[in-house]
Amino acid sequence: MARIGVFVCHCGENIGRTVDCAAVAETLAGHPGVAHAEDYKYMCSDPGQALIKRAIIDKRLTGVVVAACSPHMHEKTFRRAASQAGLNPFMCEMANIREHCSWIHEDRDAATAKAIDTARTIVEKVKHNEPLQTIHIPVTKRALVIGGGIAGIQAALDIADGGHEVVLVEKDPSIGGHMAQLSETFPTLDCSQCILTPRMVEAYQHPNIKLMTWSEVEAVDGYIGNFTVTVRKKARSVDADVCNGCGDCLAACPNRRTPSEFDAGLGTRSAIYVPFPQAVPNTPVIDRANCGRFKAIAKGIKKEVCGKCAEACLKGAIDFTQQDELVTEEVGAIVVATGYQLYSIGRAQPEGLTGYGEYGYGEIPDVIDGLQFERLASASGPTAGELRRPSDGKVPQTVVFVHCVGSRDPEKGMAYCSKICCMYNAKHAMLYRHKVHDGRAVLFYMDVRAAGKGYDEFTRRAVEEDGAEYLRGRVSRLYRDGDVIKVVGYDTLAHEPVEIDADMVVLATAIRPQPGIKQLAQTLSVSYDEHGFINEAHPKLRPVETNTAGVYVAGACQAPRDIPDSVAMASAAAAKVLGLFSVAELEREPAVAAVNETTCVGCLTCQRVCPYGAVEAKEIRDRDGNVVRTVASINPGVCQGCGTCQAVCMSKSIELATFTDAEMYSEIEALAFWP
Amino acid sequence: MTNQSGAMSRSDAVVRLLAETRSAAARCYQCGKCSAGCPMVSEMTLPPHDIMRLTAHGRFAEVLSADSLWLCLTCETCSERCPTGTDPAAIIDALREAAVLDGRREVPRSIAAFHRSFLDQVRLTGRLYEAGFFAEYKLRSRALLDDIGNAPGLVRRGKLHPLPHRLHGIGEVRAIFERCGVRASDLSGAGHAPAADDAGGAPGGGDPGGGAEGGHA
Amino acid sequence: MTLAYYPGCSLKGTSREFEESFLAVTRALRIEMTEIDDWSCCGASSAHPISRDLGVALPARNLALAAEQGADEVVAPCAACYNRLATAQHELGADADLAARMPGILGHSLPPALHIHNVVDLLAAYAPRIEELVAARVDPPLLAGLRVAAYYGCLLVRPNEVTGFDDAEQPATMETVISAAGASPVAWNMAVECCGGAFSISRTQSVVRLGRRIVADARAHGAQAIAVACPLCHTNLDLRQAAMTARGEEPLPALFITDLVGLAIGLSPGELGLARHFVDTEPLLASLAAEAEATATAAAAQESS
Ligand SMILES: Cc1cc2nc3c(=O)[nH]c(=O)nc-3n(C[C@H](O)[C@H](O)[C@H](O)COP(=O)(O)OP(=O)(O)OC[C@H]3O[C@@H](n4cnc5c(N)ncnc54)[C@H](O)[C@@H]3O)c2cc1C
Ligand code: SF4
Ligand code: SF4
Ligand code: SF4
Ligand code: SF4
Repeated sequence: MARIGVFVCHCGENIGRTVDCAAVAETLAGHPGVAHAEDYKYMCSDPGQALIKRAIIDKRLTGVVVAACSPHMHEKTFRRAASQAGLNPFMCEMANIREHCSWIHEDRDAATAKAIDTARTIVEKVKHNEPLQTIHIPVTKRALVIGGGIAGIQAALDIADGGHEVVLVEKDPSIGGHMAQLSETFPTLDCSQCILTPRMVEAYQHPNIKLMTWSEVEAVDGYIGNFTVTVRKKARSVDADVCNGCGDCLAACPNRRTPSEFDAGLGTRSAIYVPFPQAVPNTPVIDRANCGRFKAIAKGIKKEVCGKCAEACLKGAIDFTQQDELVTEEVGAIVVATGYQLYSIGRAQPEGLTGYGEYGYGEIPDVIDGLQFERLASASGPTAGELRRPSDGKVPQTVVFVHCVGSRDPEKGMAYCSKICCMYNAKHAMLYRHKVHDGRAVLFYMDVRAAGKGYDEFTRRAVEEDGAEYLRGRVSRLYRDGDVIKVVGYDTLAHEPVEIDADMVVLATAIRPQPGIKQLAQTLSVSYDEHGFINEAHPKLRPVETNTAGVYVAGACQAPRDIPDSVAMASAAAAKVLGLFSVAELEREPAVAAVNETTCVGCLTCQRVCPYGAVEAKEIRDRDGNVVRTVASINPGVCQGCGTCQAVCMSKSIELATFTDAEMYSEIEALAFWP
Repeated sequence: MTNQSGAMSRSDAVVRLLAETRSAAARCYQCGKCSAGCPMVSEMTLPPHDIMRLTAHGRFAEVLSADSLWLCLTCETCSERCPTGTDPAAIIDALREAAVLDGRREVPRSIAAFHRSFLDQVRLTGRLYEAGFFAEYKLRSRALLDDIGNAPGLVRRGKLHPLPHRLHGIGEVRAIFERCGVRASDLSGAGHAPAADDAGGAPGGGDPGGGAEGGHA
Repeated sequence: MTLAYYPGCSLKGTSREFEESFLAVTRALRIEMTEIDDWSCCGASSAHPISRDLGVALPARNLALAAEQGADEVVAPCAACYNRLATAQHELGADADLAARMPGILGHSLPPALHIHNVVDLLAAYAPRIEELVAARVDPPLLAGLRVAAYYGCLLVRPNEVTGFDDAEQPATMETVISAAGASPVAWNMAVECCGGAFSISRTQSVVRLGRRIVADARAHGAQAIAVACPLCHTNLDLRQAAMTARGEEPLPALFITDLVGLAIGLSPGELGLARHFVDTEPLLASLAAEAEATATAAAAQESS
């Protein structure tokens, strides 16, 4: 026989003003199965909790209903109190008479009646509650980091230094990301590679880091603490264990006309290549789409074509027969750090973007983007750091920088501000003026957004010390006129039209998430915004967590980020991972679904609707090992307790603990049939 | 503003038009791209982005009297390239409509004369009767001698019909003008002469027009 | 499909050579169409600034007539008329209030959405037939090697959501037609810049300022002629060109796109009304003829040797 205690909270005036709490307690005291009922000003306070504990012991209660605020607020508090008094915590429930009642009603009598109904339904539910046990899950103390830019490298190093193994997966042949392409970095103008390459080498040599470049994550199963990840190691066509990185093969390759990704298309590379001299690892990759031998194979030509690289390699490391390899890794946490790409102004655009016809669709020579400028300014770049324009190698005497191209432009590009371009434009103007003393650097901007430590001072330096000319206005059109590019603008501060003959134009194009990010996000079951940036779990309070437990985010794949921000996020994500790894086991609420295997007909509708992929098919075998039938089976580690499967199950074979059919029907009956 | 409802006065129509225009102009973030590409900007005292700003701030006295409104060619370059989708060309059109309804006089004379003569001919004959149009325009703009050199060329090339075409549906066309609330008197009396081609002369045209109540059928 | 023809006022008056040229070419291409009976003015550039309702109602009347007379497509060779017809239809589709009051203003029920053509997209659709006719001629191709700057101006392409032109900034449809006619389109910079449109009369100095840049750029990029598809553009670049050209500069003929097609498929300058242009087209025609002649002689010589 149930002996239930009902505790009605006034929440100061919050509930008491509109609901007659004493009347609620009094009415409930007469409800069948209620052994105790009382009201109190603040149930969540220490004395309030003491009331509950004492009643549990004195009245030998089998269940507790606290009629108060939302369970979001204090369910944990009251369940803990119940458990301290020796009651199974899941026998304690809350009836929400604040958000659902006192806050939204004015009529005291009606609100009191509703509060009574609400409390009564929960009493009826608790009568059917079963004592449940918290679920404990083990944690695999090993992390996966996806993306080997500065964010991914930093996260990997921090976790590895914390004593745990890390698998770092990078889709390109080398780690380093975009930072490797930069010449010098704001706001200090230190050389990007000088500060980055030591980190790259450290990651490579770290005993706790397993580096997988030229690899991509293909599938992810499991849940926090227990992920199984399938990584595709793309065929490198070079045996990494044998290759000593001498580079003889690169020199031998006759196919040298492929645009270099690292030089942002301004230089070329061979078909077998290492993206840049300090690449990590320094093992070449054959780009099969551009290799003569593989092109011949693709065309069905039987004869073995070329093979110059293999002839040149004294170690015999070249292996044309290598195949993609699928590798499985068990990890407990995942950090996504896939970074960004730049908006292209060209004609080919994804859905919803149009490109910039008025800027020539990227087809005007010497109209370049920011990363291309970085390569022109970089000592390791195609011009060895001399500022020469791509078309004819001339040193440009007038360079125009255009801010916000594709950013803050809901019509043609992205509505958001890309955040870093104001800073790198100022940097570019400075770098240019440092290299071409008599040249003109003109910047068309809308606002200069330089909020950061030392940032505004940096942009002011560009103006005051380096003579950058800032003109406020968005450029209407760019077109080529003979040797120059006409820049048609308007100076909104001087109130006059301006037309500049530029030798080179640099467009600060928007920062967008990497291509393929949406697919990866779906693989990881993490949400992303309308642009494809990974969503953080809470914009203020949980900036590096995602909505999937155990998956974290760092760097420019979450929003446009500069290096300091990316690194800060990476260390924060690593701290979260280390926190997770610091416990032996994870605790979880037992609110999970379970299948009654006797009645399940194996239709597996539940498997199709489960948003978390928690349902698997399970084969029931007879004693001889023959499959008799198939039923659904729910992995309690993955199940989030949403109840979707329970709702669709035709044979009523699924029960969600804490929300069983019996519990729910008794609530409904309490509402429908009680006077 | 609807003509069927019949009741809205001209001043109510102006108020409503300006309220709509003001909220449309609120999208503008003053990047100046419209002014940068505007073919007429070098001749305007208020470039398009300034028109947007003053409109967004409700400073209609300044906007409605700006001759820049009338220098807009509706080439749509601004609207095509505006990053915020503000559509300055449509806003300028609405402001012109408001200026006319409000009986503003500050339209450059030659342009007022052009629009008025054009619409007069269409109202009269249903089509643009060009010979009549040229004659009326010359009178209204007081630019009697401008372009005189081209007249014989036009005639010689058979480009000027001496007589207008008669439309069966002329009644329909006139009713359209009436129901749209466009009156013969609109734009008359307008015309100041800021630009070189507008030099000299008193305002042309007869009736005062504008400002009056209840001009809708 | 039934195609209605909306000539508009200019084609019946100051730009009558455009109508002559357009009718001659459509006839030769066997494009069937009927002039809308009792059509009226579209309001051009004067109605919409004074009243949005009038700016929509005047073209809408003509769309209603076309529909009532059984058409489902309309061609308006004048770019301004085309733009007003298309804009009216677009706004009626986008603004329910406007659509609701329109029948009361028009005295006609609202026309169904028609396919509205300009001369350029119409000719582009017939490009294969143009090529056929050019190839079928016995004479050597008249326009071979002729360098033409395709000038679109504003009203054909903007606003792009109304006109649906292939590209608002770098359209290529007119180039397709020019190539089909056997001439060579040049790459240049002023294809979609404004010529000053309706200010030809009321603010001539602006038109001269704007037109000068257009003509100069075409010339700088090697064009021997400018192709236009709008009577306003034509007036500004033809009648006003004298005022734009510096002493000693060769004038640059502004030809309607239909003129080019007409010449290519063997219509005579007279049929195309070329004599009505202000910039003399004679020298260009003569040099084209001479070149074609020379090619023919050379070919004949080759054959006989
Ligand atoms: C022109 C320009 C100049 C700049 N200058 C400065 C500066 O001076 N100072 C400054 O602080 N910041 C600067 N920045 C910003 C800087 O580039 C970024 O802050 C930084 O690169 C972000 O690092 P990240 O690791 O998040 O992303 P990224 O550098 O983009 O690295 C992401 C990595 O993930 C890999 N990846 C992507 N998808 C996958 C996948 N599916 N699987 C596996 N791997 C994947 C990529 O190949 C890449 O290696 C500049 C940016 C630009 C465009
Ligand atoms: S096989 Fe030939 S083309 Fe291919 S990577 Fe080797 S050297 Fe280059
Ligand atoms: S950071 Fe500056 S340049 Fe970049 S989008 Fe924002 S305002 Fe524009
Ligand atoms: S282009 Fe658009 S946003 Fe920019 S100033 Fe003009 S109206 Fe405003
Ligand atoms: S539509 Fe008017 S304001 Fe806009 S660019 Fe053209 S002339 Fe200028």
